[in-house]
Amino acid sequence: MAKTRNKKTTVKSKASSNGKSNGAASNGAVLAKRIPVQKTYKLYIGGKFPRTESGRYYKIKTKNNSLIANVCRGSRKDFRNAVVAARKALGGWANRTAYNRSQILYRIAEMLEWRKAQFIEELQSFGVTKAAAEKEVEASIDRLIYYAGWADKYQQLFSTVNPVASSHFNFSILEPMGVIAAFAPEDKGLLGLITTIAPIICGGNSCVVLASHDQPTCAISFAEVLHTSDVPGGVVNILTGIRSELASHFSSHMDVNGMVYYGKKSEELKTIQLHAVDNLKRIIVRSETNLYAANAESPYLIQDTLETKTTWHPIAHDMTGGGGAY
Amino acid sequence: MAIKTKENHLKFNTKWEYASAPESKDHIELKDQYELFIGGEFVKPKKGKYFPTINPATGKKIASIAEASQEDVDKAVKAARTAYDKYWSKMPAKERAKYIYRIARMLQERAREFAVIETMDGGKAIRESKSVDIPLAAAHFFYYAGWADKLDYAFPNRNPKPLGVAGQVIPWNFPLLMAAWKIAPALATGNTVVLKPAETTSLTALKLAELIQEAGLPPGVVNIVTGAGATGAAIVNHPDINKIAFTGSTNVGKIIQKAIAGTDKKATLELGGKAANIILEDATIDQAVEGIINGIYFNQGHVCCAGSRLFVQESVEDIVIKKLKARMETLIIGDPLDKNTDIGAINSSEQLKTIKKYIKIGKTEADFYESSCPIPSNGGFWCKPTLFTNTSQSHRIVQEEIFGPVLAVQSFRTIEEVLEKANNTYYGLSAGVWTDKGSKIFRMTSKLRAGVIWANTYNKFDPTSPFGGFKESGFGREGGLHGLAPYLKLN
Repeated sequence: MAKTRNKKTTVKSKASSNGKSNGAASNGAVLAKRIPVQKTYKLYIGGKFPRTESGRYYKIKTKNNSLIANVCRGSRKDFRNAVVAARKALGGWANRTAYNRSQILYRIAEMLEWRKAQFIEELQSFGVTKAAAEKEVEASIDRLIYYAGWADKYQQLFSTVNPVASSHFNFSILEPMGVIAAFAPEDKGLLGLITTIAPIICGGNSCVVLASHDQPTCAISFAEVLHTSDVPGGVVNILTGIRSELASHFSSHMDVNGMVYYGKKSEELKTIQLHAVDNLKRIIVRSETNLYAANAESPYLIQDTLETKTTWHPIAHDMTGGGGAY
Repeated sequence: MAIKTKENHLKFNTKWEYASAPESKDHIELKDQYELFIGGEFVKPKKGKYFPTINPATGKKIASIAEASQEDVDKAVKAARTAYDKYWSKMPAKERAKYIYRIARMLQERAREFAVIETMDGGKAIRESKSVDIPLAAAHFFYYAGWADKLDYAFPNRNPKPLGVAGQVIPWNFPLLMAAWKIAPALATGNTVVLKPAETTSLTALKLAELIQEAGLPPGVVNIVTGAGATGAAIVNHPDINKIAFTGSTNVGKIIQKAIAGTDKKATLELGGKAANIILEDATIDQAVEGIINGIYFNQGHVCCAGSRLFVQESVEDIVIKKLKARMETLIIGDPLDKNTDIGAINSSEQLKTIKKYIKIGKTEADFYESSCPIPSNGGFWCKPTLFTNTSQSHRIVQEEIFGPVLAVQSFRTIEEVLEKANNTYYGLSAGVWTDKGSKIFRMTSKLRAGVIWANTYNKFDPTSPFGGFKESGFGREGGLHGLAPYLKLN
């Protein structure tokens, strides 16, 4: 899983599974007792794990250049499929009670807690130190718990009853923005991904997220966590691939309502902002990516992908001649 | 055998003619020529160019308005920046509040004058400018004034700070009210302003400039530059502007959004709409008919949130359409300054052309009906209240914003059906629902994808009530606590 392929498939030297003599064995290689099974890292779309339709891949390597995995190089078509899945899942998710969304977010944290070791190992494969990996996984779990708590609270924080100067009852509440596309932070493959996803789905949106380019495997492993956490298929869709190649597709899709962008202010961001104009996608830019900072988690990040809806209704005139119960 | 009953139409003017009741103009003060308001002074435009503003009810010129060039906009932005650095950002918030309160009070004092000028310059019925536009504009200033020293309570733990200079571009349908929507929250949050009114309706913004001068605001806190699209573009593209606030068409909104891509400018866009006004079979029909009329014919239909798509449940379609047509017959079109007038003049000949174009298209798509009331024949721009029945979702008059007194009617059978039809639009500014059943109201209002929903009422506005759209109707909210955020830097 998190180990590099070299480590998984060889012990000290290259081994041959049929035991027959080849060049390596005859040079004194020790035969492995058991060949570990490697994981194929695929995408996560609509609650399923398909390969990229494009058939393309890119390599993730350790610092000393050994292969960690061949990862799907997601395409425009994969993204479009994911948006269809996200749109389909949106209504059901937005209509869940806040209490239920809260419990499902909590459930994700539960699942992650019990797979901590795996994720620490996976992060270490990218060259993250053990201590840093532990810190990141624990912060990731805690971030999920944090947003689990917000799911049934932010509405009370941000809703208003508006004292209009006419005989109407008028209130403003927050509603999900819809389908949100996102570029997760490049830094911190797991914590960055969760920091991106949690506030989006906490607010009842569905999303399509592009994982960190250099640390994508833990994102796909996290999809397995989502998959076993009662998160309905399609609510979260995770792609791996190349930012520059997908930026214009993420931002120009006419059935995406908003996009969360973690990254530097750059030409890439400008491209995204320009493409977003066609359907006036809301672009939420988060350029400071200290994921341990106090403001890396907040109800305001939930608010970013919500829309304010204001409703008016007349109040009948008091026919008793005024005063009434007062 | 069917009993023949006499059709009973509401015809208020068959027994007697309404005497004309024009609002007098003798108390208003208008100059022949208006300059730019920059740095607290009225200054001539650098290039010396002027354009006429005309009364759309007569087609006659009222005054000459200065056309601001790039250099003038530069000057205005510099004045706004200086005012921000020197005065406005240094002033205690509660003092800032007092200036804004002062504007509100002085506007109330001069409400009648502003109403008459608004009607002369824009063509809207005096009934509306007197009871809606001007009082609401004053109320906006009054409401936001009070927020100035309370921002920490609006945004706890977020250390709210002004952005700097706001560039604001507003439309011609509610000229003074839109200026108030823009200026009031910007000033309350500590920003300074460069505002451009629409070229057909500059007068009340310039009168407001006079008032602001009299109110003694520090020079440059509010600057008003007049002109057309090029002036607006100069504001939008100006490198020293921190925030763009725009109300207008979705097309122009998109141009603005493209222009500021890749910059640090914040934006709020309040754009077009094609609102569904939905009448369920258990609605109180007479009230609903009033709501339909108010929804589409208010302000000649020059309303971004106008209820321009009417959906009537099949079982009450006949009675609703019959009553609606009868009510349309009672609407009085004419001199906007006349207090009996319901429908004033179309804002400009250009807009009249657009509306006529859509009516022509509509006639090829659906069944046409227009109110039979006479329209003045005096060189003004007029359009009768118009209705299209038997329209369908694919019709252009159903899909595109017309911004005139043109209503497209469709029928429906089930709530699922009407929700799908209502939401099947790029816009999402507003919607209306008419039913006597509370549970149905909440079901529908929660499913309609729009920023403002009127249930058993329509076209109501208030400074405390956030206004703004979903989808291609723009983003950001104006009004209420929500309207402060777009003008603030928040942690």
